[in-house]
Amino acid sequence: MRRVILRGLRDGFPIGLGYFAVAFSLGITARGAGLTPLQGWIASFLNHASAGEYALYSMIAANAAFWELAAVIFVTNMRYLLMSAALSQRMGSDERFGRRMLTGFCITDEIFGLGIAWPGTLNCFYLWTAFLLADVMWASGTLAGIVAGNVLPGNVVTALSVAIYGMFLAIIIPPARKNRVVAALVPISFLCSFGAARLLPALSEGTRTVILTVVISAAAALLFPVQDEQAGGVKA
Amino acid sequence: MNEAYIWMSILIAAGVSLLVRTLPLTLIRKQIQNPFLKSFLFYVPYVTLAVMTFPAMIEAAKNPVAGIAALAVGTVAAWLNAGLFPVAVLTCLTVFAANWLTQTV
Repeated sequence: MRRVILRGLRDGFPIGLGYFAVAFSLGITARGAGLTPLQGWIASFLNHASAGEYALYSMIAANAAFWELAAVIFVTNMRYLLMSAALSQRMGSDERFGRRMLTGFCITDEIFGLGIAWPGTLNCFYLWTAFLLADVMWASGTLAGIVAGNVLPGNVVTALSVAIYGMFLAIIIPPARKNRVVAALVPISFLCSFGAARLLPALSEGTRTVILTVVISAAAALLFPVQDEQAGGVKA
Repeated sequence: MNEAYIWMSILIAAGVSLLVRTLPLTLIRKQIQNPFLKSFLFYVPYVTLAVMTFPAMIEAAKNPVAGIAALAVGTVAAWLNAGLFPVAVLTCLTVFAANWLTQTV
């Protein structure tokens, strides 16, 4: 148990560092929308999604209707439906409702990545620990952005902002070494995403992610159905 | 901009995002047996993370040279099983160095 929690802290901390930087710039948007530091901290702690929160602060600034806000938050966070469904296959089938709710609450792009990288059945305490540390840093980054505005030099913020993508690479590349279909899917997904961003710039990043994920994964599932022993996840 | 409106917006956003995150996890309690769905959910994580990485990583680096260098360095380091934190640090350093070099030269 102690080792699981320590591992959660170890993997959650670098995510939290990247979060702090991203949330800091989000805090500047939140300040523009009129949020107090406390409101920013709570909004970030509960929502913990960059695109979703950006939408939230823009909607508040625009004085949008509540139903509009709900619809926009649903669309910007839709990819979490897929991640939640994918994670459901990594959780023990005897896990109770409360533990499932808590695990679902923890889903962010990066924490989901950690859950997928965990070998075999997911350990909830590992995920919760990593999430809690990263989310507190995320919320604090937003608060700092609201309070302090631009303190970190721009080149540092830029460099920190790629940390998250580095982590994604660390999650998807090792399984690509072991599974040829995954190895092909990574560059195919890169190219499709690049193509879609160029050809359909009106599509928001969240919607693009959902559509491409469904189309590419469905095609791969039709052409290359996985064997039983693979479906539990590529062992790290 | 009144206080109550902001609090209400925060709560609505939190509620909707909680539902989106928890519905599948609480509704799908068993291992899916259907081969297509099973394969689909197996591929989803890798595809979704890959789609989110590129071209967003290049845009985040603010400079295509820095972005592509970081993507290359990160891919090689990940291929060598460097682990989450080292790969993340290497990509940050690559962007910092590449941006610094292109600005000074």
